[in-house]
Amino acid sequence: MDALIASGLPTKKDERYKYTDIAAALEPDFGLNLSRLPLSFDPRQTYRCRVPGLGSRVHYVVGDSVAESNVIVDDGRLFVGPMVEFAQRYPDLFRAYYNKVEGDSLTALNTMLVQDGIVIRVAKGCKVDDLLQIVNLSVGNVPMLANRRQLIIMEQGAEASILCCNHSATGCNNLATEVVEGYLANGSHLQYYSVEETSDNCNLLNTTAFMQHEGSNLEYGSITLNSGLLRRSVKIEFDGSNAQTTVSGLVLAHGTSHIDNNLLVAHNAPLCRSDILYKYVLDGSSTGAFAGKVLVNAQAQKTDSQETNANLCVSPSARMFTQPMLEIYADDVKCNHGSTVGQLDDTALFYMAQRGITPEEGRLLLQQSFAWDVLQRIDLLPLRQRLIHMVEERFRRGIGACGDCVMCGGNEI
Amino acid sequence: MLEIRNIHASVEGKEILKGINLTVKAGEVHVLMGPNGSGKSTLSNVIVGNPQYTVTAGTITFNGRDLLAMPPEDRSHEGIFMSYQQPVEIPGVSMNNFMRAAVNAKRKYQGLPPIGGGDFLKMVKEKRELVGLDADLTRRSVNEGFSGGEKKRNEIFQMAMLEPQLAILDETDSGLDVDALRIVAEGFNRLRTPQTAAICITHYQRMLDYIKPDIVHVMLDGRIMRTGGPDLAYRIESEGFDWLKETTPNS
Repeated sequence: MDALIASGLPTKKDERYKYTDIAAALEPDFGLNLSRLPLSFDPRQTYRCRVPGLGSRVHYVVGDSVAESNVIVDDGRLFVGPMVEFAQRYPDLFRAYYNKVEGDSLTALNTMLVQDGIVIRVAKGCKVDDLLQIVNLSVGNVPMLANRRQLIIMEQGAEASILCCNHSATGCNNLATEVVEGYLANGSHLQYYSVEETSDNCNLLNTTAFMQHEGSNLEYGSITLNSGLLRRSVKIEFDGSNAQTTVSGLVLAHGTSHIDNNLLVAHNAPLCRSDILYKYVLDGSSTGAFAGKVLVNAQAQKTDSQETNANLCVSPSARMFTQPMLEIYADDVKCNHGSTVGQLDDTALFYMAQRGITPEEGRLLLQQSFAWDVLQRIDLLPLRQRLIHMVEERFRRGIGACGDCVMCGGNEI
Repeated sequence: MLEIRNIHASVEGKEILKGINLTVKAGEVHVLMGPNGSGKSTLSNVIVGNPQYTVTAGTITFNGRDLLAMPPEDRSHEGIFMSYQQPVEIPGVSMNNFMRAAVNAKRKYQGLPPIGGGDFLKMVKEKRELVGLDADLTRRSVNEGFSGGEKKRNEIFQMAMLEPQLAILDETDSGLDVDALRIVAEGFNRLRTPQTAAICITHYQRMLDYIKPDIVHVMLDGRIMRTGGPDLAYRIESEGFDWLKETTPNS
């Protein structure tokens, strides 16, 4: 709390927050489940993931509580379970890794209020074959503030794939703060995907930090299909040589959604590679913001970095702010960055119409093709196929007309 | 098939077509010649319904139906195809997806179910071979990274896929070397039937050596100044357009 009071909440005057009004997001009188009221339902029974190839190992977080029906995995190779449980079983590990992220006041707010979270620890040399899935559900009959946390520890040579699905099971206005800390030891490999498919009254302030050591490999993907206000602040730091990261972001926004991705990739070691691609398709009066900084410090020679942000405003009132940044203090590097903002190409639409393709179908083809290359970067095949299908449904039918084609095909609770 | 009556059209408020009359019957190949800016491309864009062009007077019917009342995609479904002077690149949309969407849109208009995957690929292979288009190109994005010759060949490939009744070739010969021109023209000739017709815009006699037109029109300043047989094209090639400026337009 002291840290929070000392720095205060970020304002739009802070460079990293200039596109998103954090104070306004925190303004409503939210309820907090500090008295730890138990859940009134079992998400395992009512919110089953039916995506082919997914849903085998699901851990539910409802509001700010880890569902009791989750099956804790703790076999010496892999731990997946509540943070509270992990802290009791492995106090030394917990102390060594928890809350080591150099965060701002939003992280401090989360740290102060957080009650529990999910820990995933993959022991040295272990390869987890099954996808580990975390489903975060927003709930509440009154506006709620949920504070949740993830801690991911990949020990030397460990391999795992994690998918986080954020869904909404409430019609009430709500806000979540989320802090994700990930540590990739030497030679470890992590695929981490986060899919946001909530609703326009669901708001999320996310802070994600990954620390990568020598020879580690991170594939990070964030896909935003539906959300109210979403702010993701992602920091990836290379602390050892020959590490690499692929960062892929896809945002489909509509209505009055506000989606802000703030990215910092810090190259602190030589011979590391970062490949960043973010694409936004903005409809309605939605706003998108992207600020991505690649920082190459003096010791990070032979850095290879590529950063691209491409945006499509498909309606006249959609707005995009983009700020790709490159800061280089080493002299032997290969880096480039760029961004574009455009509209649907009328010439292409007429060319298609001349071939008999209706304007609606033409718009669909152009938007789908725009999103295509981001989705191609997703290695996890069942997820990629599902997302391709969902993105097409989304462009074809819009929000709210997808039938049961939400990510889980789940039911309202 | 096509009846154009007294068409006036403008672009950004500037009148380009000043009363065009043209009748095209099944089985005929018409050639439109004329200096740059005479309105040849405007006429073809008006026929296909390019929204950048405004028709201010006149009528166009196609098989007795009011063409100007139809959106561009319906004109395509009714059987009108335009081969672009500068084909448009559509990054990210594969030729196969593009053509499948086009073929299925036409089938839907005709009340037919979507084409099956196997049938579609068979059709692509057959038509591709007809115009000598490389298999690799149908898997790439529409016209992206295609050479000038490949783009024009791709236009004729699309024409083969859609089997139009009326094909408009807007300077399909420009930018092609002799070999590429021959391949494109031969592809076009293979698609000709007694039920189809074509309007071919060109500056060059050499295109006409291949496609053997029935009727040649010369446009000047938004009007058709002279209509004749193939010999008219030879006279234009050797004498230019100036001698026509002294004459009066034919009605």
